[in-house]
Amino acid sequence: MSLATADRISLARPFPKGWRWPRLSRARWLSPVVLLALWELGSRFGLIPERVLAAPSTVAETFWALTVSGELPANLLVSLARAAAGLAIALAVAVSLGLLAGLSRWGETVVDPLMQIKRTIPSLALTPLFIVWFGIGETPKIALIAVATTFPIYLNLFAGVRGIDVRLVEAARSFGLSGWSLVREVILPGALPSFFVGLRYALGVSVLVLVVAEQINAQAGLGHLINNARDFMRTDIIVVCLLVYALLGLGADALVRTLERRALAWRPSLVEQ
Amino acid sequence: MVQPRIRRRAFDTAAVPTVAPSTAPSIAPAVKLNGFVRQFGENRVIDGLDLSIAPGEFVALLGASGSGKTTLLRTLAGLDPVGDQDVTTPSTRAVVFQDARLLPWKKVWRNVALGLKDKDVRARAEAALKEVGLGHRLDAWPSTLSGGEAQRTALARALVREPGLLLLDEPFAALDALTRLKMHDLVLNLWNEHRPAVLLVTHDVDEAISLADRVLVLNKGRIAAEEHIPLERPRAPDARFQAIRRRLLGHLGVEAPASHEGALIAFPTGEAVQ
Repeated sequence: MSLATADRISLARPFPKGWRWPRLSRARWLSPVVLLALWELGSRFGLIPERVLAAPSTVAETFWALTVSGELPANLLVSLARAAAGLAIALAVAVSLGLLAGLSRWGETVVDPLMQIKRTIPSLALTPLFIVWFGIGETPKIALIAVATTFPIYLNLFAGVRGIDVRLVEAARSFGLSGWSLVREVILPGALPSFFVGLRYALGVSVLVLVVAEQINAQAGLGHLINNARDFMRTDIIVVCLLVYALLGLGADALVRTLERRALAWRPSLVEQ
Repeated sequence: MVQPRIRRRAFDTAAVPTVAPSTAPSIAPAVKLNGFVRQFGENRVIDGLDLSIAPGEFVALLGASGSGKTTLLRTLAGLDPVGDQDVTTPSTRAVVFQDARLLPWKKVWRNVALGLKDKDVRARAEAALKEVGLGHRLDAWPSTLSGGEAQRTALARALVREPGLLLLDEPFAALDALTRLKMHDLVLNLWNEHRPAVLLVTHDVDEAISLADRVLVLNKGRIAAEEHIPLERPRAPDARFQAIRRRLLGHLGVEAPASHEGALIAFPTGEAVQ
């Protein structure tokens, strides 16, 4: 009997029962954890000097300390407010222009060329001009975020409006809908999936632009925190801020996903869940 | 002016529901076109068409592809401009398209209530959906409906407006044969109940004869032939039915071989199976 068992094991699989390789082969968390462990060991044994890169444990401690002291939340709030203000302006402008260009031929003729020209200019390249125009206060930071996030929202909304099934519009017209009610009941909901693609992209862009915009003489915010940390070679604080930026990106994505799930519940793929 | 006549007809049909209403010329027509022309560039799709539909009359419009059926229906639905031509239609019209064209982001009852502005919209939509047998799907998303359910929703959406003219644009063409037969009954019941004038555009001769008071054949933008259907409803595919069928097929330029008729009687939806 023992012979039979041994035979079966040796023939069926190269490892004895209970061996965990097969499960670990799907463990996507493993390589980041190993990297983190190597980083920690490197720091502990002096291979990675503190002023080049702080150890993960130090970063964690700093994160906790900054959070408890209220320094991180306060600065994060300032940064979030900047991003929100910029995005709000972008939303208002992009939705207005997207609808104008999407709903009328002359609107497209007037608006779309300007937006396409704007697209070819990298938004961050406007930074010097904005400093000249708006100084070094809050205005250029918010303006940069607004300018950079307008285009993705505009473009996707425009495409969404133009991509509406004209048969649905026709049916709605045959039931007496026209003008604003047609836009509200048919065109906007139809363009919504596309709009969300643009919004998600814009949120990503807003974090990116935030990083650069906050290099402009910021007195508060994540960028201010990073700049100070650079001056004092506090790599632990820099890494904490990088982590927070990453979390912001994740959070923004989760936010749009939640909005989508609520607003697009009618889509077959989501209905079946 | 039209309303009392519709009521009188409703009374008549309630007493004798299977008799087709006569199209007496004294009644002011619900639909009237005089020498109507519709042109796309060089192509005259509708070419001097005369049409009159009495209030409460059920008219079927047959024709090959490109004969102008859909153009005519769109004109009557008010979806195409008519210019200053002489076109009379009731003020309330409703269309059921071949594809149900429900808004996928509105629940079923909201689709039915689309464009209604009264207070008790939900109650009216609910009543209309119950009438088509969908009282249990009020809050379903359109994407979860079967083809037949979607078309019944589209019917409810049309009827909730109490239209003077109901336009049906091949509404059963995409349904399977059994569902189609059920939909025929449903449409006849609803028509008996609400008495709108109906224009059914179809390419199915048997469907036209089964349902309509009068069948028109459209060819090259004109009414090429007209058949009154004096048969009592429900209509069995008997000899008189077959005679009308043969004549209509003749007008459409199709010779009906005698040997196929038995099969076609057994499958009145037009699925000729030997």
